[in-house]
Amino acid sequence: MIELSVNGQSRTVEVEPETPLLWVLRDTLGMTGTKFGCGIAACGACTIHLDGQAVRSCVFPVVAAANKEITTIEGLGAGVRHPVQQAWIDAQVPQCGYCQSGMIMAVASLLRQNPDPRDEEIDASISNICRCGTYARIRTAIHRAAEKINERSSGDDGKDGG
Amino acid sequence: MEKTAADNNKQKPEKRLSRRKFLLTGAALGGGLLVGLHVATRRDLLGDPSVFPAHDGEVALNAWLKIATDGTVTVAVPRSEMGQGVYTSLPMLVADELGAEWGSVRFEQSPIERVYGNVKTMADGLPLDPLDEGTFANFARWAAKRMGAGLGLQLTGGSSSIQDAWEPMRTAGAVAREMLIAAAAKRWGVEATDCEARNGQVVHNASGRVAGFGELASDAASAGPPSAWPELKDPSTSTLIGKPLPRLDIPAKVDGSAQFGIDVTQPDMLHATVKVSPVFGGTVKSLDHETAKTMPGVYKIVGIANGVAVIADSYWRAKKAMDAVSIDFDEGTQALSSQDIKRQLTADLDSQDGHAFDERGDVESALEGAAIRLEAQYEVPYLAHACMEPINCTARIADGVCDVWAPNQAPSVLRSVAAEVAGVPKEKVRVHTTLLGGGFGRRFEMDAIVQAVSIANHTDGRPVRVVWSREEDIQHDVYRPAALGRFQGGLDGSGKARVFHARLVSQSVTAGVAERNLGLKPGLPDKATAEGVAHLAYEIPTRRVEHVVSELPVPVGFWRSVGHSHNAFFSECFIDEMAHAAKADPVAFRRGLLSRHPRHRAALDLLVEKAGWEHPTAAGVGRGVALHRSFGSIVGQVAELRVVRGKPKLDRVVCVLDCGQVVNPDTVVAQMESGIVFGLSATLFGEITLKDGRVQQSNFPDYPVVKLADMPRIETHIIESREPPGGVGEPGTPPIAPAVANAVFHLTGQRLRRLPLRLDTSRG
Repeated sequence: MIELSVNGQSRTVEVEPETPLLWVLRDTLGMTGTKFGCGIAACGACTIHLDGQAVRSCVFPVVAAANKEITTIEGLGAGVRHPVQQAWIDAQVPQCGYCQSGMIMAVASLLRQNPDPRDEEIDASISNICRCGTYARIRTAIHRAAEKINERSSGDDGKDGG
Repeated sequence: MEKTAADNNKQKPEKRLSRRKFLLTGAALGGGLLVGLHVATRRDLLGDPSVFPAHDGEVALNAWLKIATDGTVTVAVPRSEMGQGVYTSLPMLVADELGAEWGSVRFEQSPIERVYGNVKTMADGLPLDPLDEGTFANFARWAAKRMGAGLGLQLTGGSSSIQDAWEPMRTAGAVAREMLIAAAAKRWGVEATDCEARNGQVVHNASGRVAGFGELASDAASAGPPSAWPELKDPSTSTLIGKPLPRLDIPAKVDGSAQFGIDVTQPDMLHATVKVSPVFGGTVKSLDHETAKTMPGVYKIVGIANGVAVIADSYWRAKKAMDAVSIDFDEGTQALSSQDIKRQLTADLDSQDGHAFDERGDVESALEGAAIRLEAQYEVPYLAHACMEPINCTARIADGVCDVWAPNQAPSVLRSVAAEVAGVPKEKVRVHTTLLGGGFGRRFEMDAIVQAVSIANHTDGRPVRVVWSREEDIQHDVYRPAALGRFQGGLDGSGKARVFHARLVSQSVTAGVAERNLGLKPGLPDKATAEGVAHLAYEIPTRRVEHVVSELPVPVGFWRSVGHSHNAFFSECFIDEMAHAAKADPVAFRRGLLSRHPRHRAALDLLVEKAGWEHPTAAGVGRGVALHRSFGSIVGQVAELRVVRGKPKLDRVVCVLDCGQVVNPDTVVAQMESGIVFGLSATLFGEITLKDGRVQQSNFPDYPVVKLADMPRIETHIIESREPPGGVGEPGTPPIAPAVANAVFHLTGQRLRRLPLRLDTSRG
């Protein structure tokens, strides 16, 4: 029995402890938004957050996720869309859409650590694969999401200050 | 020996021509016979409303649309959504004519019915010059379309979705519009001609009376279609067609709710994974699964064609158990390597004539008389598709019914294949086409369908989801064939191209696809493999393009843009070589060969303007151009690059497209970007090699593709046009490889004739 916290909810799973978190999310918990792409952490389709950090879940043993907060694409914008998700819609990024859960999770994590990344920083940190080639729009959407996040936080600062 | 070959060639043209005419006449006669059985009329385009199942008060007005009482319009989409935007662009065609309010329009994957068959792909498969509008060519196309209508093959591919739907889906919307107007006019006792449909309502202008589509649909359906055939709108009055509407499928693709094949979940579902012989066609000699059988969650281990399946209660447990299965394969005697393949392609090209697709004049004497002659050999490797969603299929056989859930590009073929494997009649197969996590031609293939249904024969009525590992996907793809092309060109004293001779060799893609999936041997020469060198627009008076079919045991299939994917690299690089030999500017040289092709010329002119071709490039920057027509559209691209650490690094791609009438311009731009990136992966990285009969690559680290860090800036410009729509899913791919290779030549002087491009770094 392994106790997990997924998108703020406690879940108990009975699986081999070395089972990759990806398959626990998909097959055991029925949360299929996180995708299987390569199985060796090469493509990023399976990216989730563990305590806010992007993690490629296809090689991450479930036991190591116990006592940590797991966020999946289903939980990222629960209630209200995350700015990255909104930017993805505004820039009409997805084509087939299969890699985009992982892309969005990777970008949301990047923007948390670096709210205004330069192109070189984006290139260095987002190595997820998209076979439809939506990269140009991904770059546009990252900058837009960064703007929105920064507007929001400076707006908050203003309120706090006043 | 040379003399003999030349003599042979001199005698061949008539023989070839007569054979071609014979084959085409055969196809046309076949079509004619089918017309006798099934006379396709304009009304047949609409289909019977009963084929589009209606629920909860919905009323279908024909096979293409239904209207709910609240006015929601649901459009039947008979093509698969694999990223190209058909779930939005096809509803736009219906909604525009209907006068629907876009916010009330929904899409639904259509059932399998003859009315939804793709007839455009049938006509495109004929070995004709796409620009040949002669009586014979047009008759053959007409016959093929009639044959297509009779077959009702529901295919998504060949960049055909909009081209095929352009008439029937707009017509379906227009007829439904007239039905709704007639129902309102009757209710109000006014003339239909005084009413119009807009924003989901019928309006009587004089009295201001208004009725929503939802209120009228039932009366409209009872009255049936109008006796007079409605006029289609002039495109200038379109409210939706030509507008960059946001895609309907995107919101579900940013929150994890979009359902791909791999996400299908059914009650009591089992999971399976497969391993098949690493050598193509190898069989299981012996098997040790004693340990695997006892591992946690394992349900059964069963044999499948050329391999083994492990069924368990989760994918991971199935995979772990598969790792514990020891399989001894009988790999036969074929220990083929990439070197063997190149040897065979070379030998076949040396010894065989091949089919001549494009023949004018006597190339031998024209070459002899040329002031400047040049020759070159080009080469490309096999390529895998590597769709992001690994190959998968879910199947259940229970109570005499077979359900199949699959991301697929050919549901009607799938139904027949599943019926055969499940041992049930076709009518007892229910096909559920899901979203596709990439298709690119890979999901025409029925291999995973056959596996899943045959595995479902062992699960006592329980559904089973079969998922391949990425390694199985890369090593058991149907590859873009490896190919060689030998080119000869001749210029006159003024540097004008006078003669063009190409000899190509590869496996036949169409034969491979048809034999594996339809059990058919196609009777026609495989245009798909030769297109892109055959029937070029360039007005070179003497030319011949031959394709030799080589037989090899490597499975080959449709790969985004098919023959164009490598043939454009060959032809647009060789044209560049001819320009260089003529000491001409590559753009001016091409332009000089397009006097009778105004659309090509206009695309080239806009391209050079947008790319700033007249300005010299900065130091260290190379620039190359390519122009190519495929799938009914013309695309020109200029690539700008630098060499960084011995490799080409793209800075910018300017892309100009003439695809005729545009339906959704934002989707069209996205498809150009997509096609360019797909082609760029093949230009810079893509290569499948064989050793000891097996594919050496297995996953993204050894089959790399373009990532964000490799991305150039892409600027796409669409030429405004009222010509009928051309394709957009594939035409962006072919020109990028030659544009990049020509830019490398411009910068370094190295003429790279093989993909992926590898610079000789020993040279300055």
